[in-house]
Amino acid sequence: MMDIALILSQVEVVASNHTVPFMVVLTIFVLAVFIGFEVITKVPPTLHTPLMSGSNAISGITIVGAILAAASTSGTISTIFGFIAIVMATVNVVGGYLVTHRMLRMFKKK
Amino acid sequence: MNETWVNLAYLVASILFILGMKGMTHPRTAVRGNMMSALAMFIAVIAAAVSIELDLVVVIVGIAIGAAIGGFLALWVKMTAMPQMVAVFNGLGGGASVFVAWADLVQRGVNTDLETSIATAAAGLIGAVTLTGSLVAYAKLEEIKQFRNPIRLPMHQLISAGLAVGAIAIGVAIVQWPDIGPGIYLLLILFAAALGVALVTPIGGADMPVVIALLNSYSGLAAAATGFVIHNNVLIIAGSLVGASGLILTSIMCKAMNRSLFNVIFGGIDASAGGGSEDDIYAGKIKSTSAEEVAMLMDGIQSVVIIPGYGMAVAQAQHAVRDLYQQLQARDIDVKFAIHPVAGRMPGHMNVLLAEVDIPYEKLVESDTINPTLDTVDVAIVLGANDVVNPVARDPDSAIAGMPIVDVDKCRTVVVIKRSLSPGFAKIANPLFAADNTLMFFSDGKEAVEELVKAVKEY
Repeated sequence: MMDIALILSQVEVVASNHTVPFMVVLTIFVLAVFIGFEVITKVPPTLHTPLMSGSNAISGITIVGAILAAASTSGTISTIFGFIAIVMATVNVVGGYLVTHRMLRMFKKK
Repeated sequence: MNETWVNLAYLVASILFILGMKGMTHPRTAVRGNMMSALAMFIAVIAAAVSIELDLVVVIVGIAIGAAIGGFLALWVKMTAMPQMVAVFNGLGGGASVFVAWADLVQRGVNTDLETSIATAAAGLIGAVTLTGSLVAYAKLEEIKQFRNPIRLPMHQLISAGLAVGAIAIGVAIVQWPDIGPGIYLLLILFAAALGVALVTPIGGADMPVVIALLNSYSGLAAAATGFVIHNNVLIIAGSLVGASGLILTSIMCKAMNRSLFNVIFGGIDASAGGGSEDDIYAGKIKSTSAEEVAMLMDGIQSVVIIPGYGMAVAQAQHAVRDLYQQLQARDIDVKFAIHPVAGRMPGHMNVLLAEVDIPYEKLVESDTINPTLDTVDVAIVLGANDVVNPVARDPDSAIAGMPIVDVDKCRTVVVIKRSLSPGFAKIANPLFAADNTLMFFSDGKEAVEELVKAVKEY
């Protein structure tokens, strides 16, 4: 009974995912690129490296996709791929933020 | 209900990512910005974990392993090794995108729409190029023997172009005939992985800042493409933020060398163009100097500018430079650092090294800003920099024509600390070394500065 409920909720998620029209998703993407350009344009050279490693950590957001993939009900292969992706993305996220923090602390202490 | 909460959490995370990035644009707010961004990541991960309502063991174990590796690397790495560390993290982000898109493809089977197929192919292609390209960049920065020098196979550009066309053709096939099955995706990954290697191997050390910034942008675009695959907004928003910031950094780096991105990736520098040969330029005009002589020069002067380059990082001379800075400041000499945007191996490399040794960031001045003031500077010390101070760049026929440089030759006296007269990355002779107002201090960077500190103290 429980299993059926779970599968149903998964089906629901998949179904609702595909109801989001592509144009909406594309619009979000384009607007986000614009926000990125607007926010970043004037970065002092002092912060180029931390900005890079910090944004690098943000690109580890794929971890969200990895978690969803690992938890998929459809078989071991996607779970294995999801697991590999989780490990890779977590190294990226944790390492990226810590390295950035280390660098920024050096810039701050005066 | 649950799904609404999860999506709201993703929205909060997206906003925090944007605010965090904004914080990163100023030294005072940067630490807070980074923390905000980390908080956003935490919220997104929790929301994703809550949304799956399934056995979380795989997720928790994966995160624990990744966090242990990432944490260890981040805390253990030396500041001088930062460029290669960033390259590795970057590559892993791209790799994760490859696997997420792959898992989704396996899961979906053949029931798929056009947009998702395109996104899957894009995520696989960009992600794999990012992964292998970053790993080659790592090998170069770590100076692993096989990768240290630019590697060019015969017809290298043709091979790269062929791999690119092949990868794109497979991508198109995936989109056109989605029922071929996931096997073809593996082929796409292999082509893209080979392309990543082929694109980065011929690139030389001094062009690394461009490549690192570009790969950074790619890792964001790969994440955004993955967002299209699994229809997830937070991936799209966060990924495109990174894509945009990486592109901006890439263009700043290209401008600083007066070269196009295309030229950096596909062209080399033609060292034979313009300028004289080394013998013509250097013969009989090189004046070498010693620490004592330079210390004497420092007596009673008002201003010193230090121009650091990759050589400072290699020699690990930054601590000695700090001592010199303090000695000179104690003698009421105004010391500034002229930072060329592409000095070092990644954007902002010199700034990180000097911040490590507590040089206030107000003392680090961009080359464009400091250039108009250089003719009033008494002594310039060039430490491990070469091409970025080469006046040949003003000659329209030279190989580095039009590259913005630090105009050190305008300073009253120039001291160049260098092991030998060997050319820099551009492989062209530097007339600065033979100029009337230049003294060459032949030595290892660190030893030279240490000797100089001692001599200034004793003088």
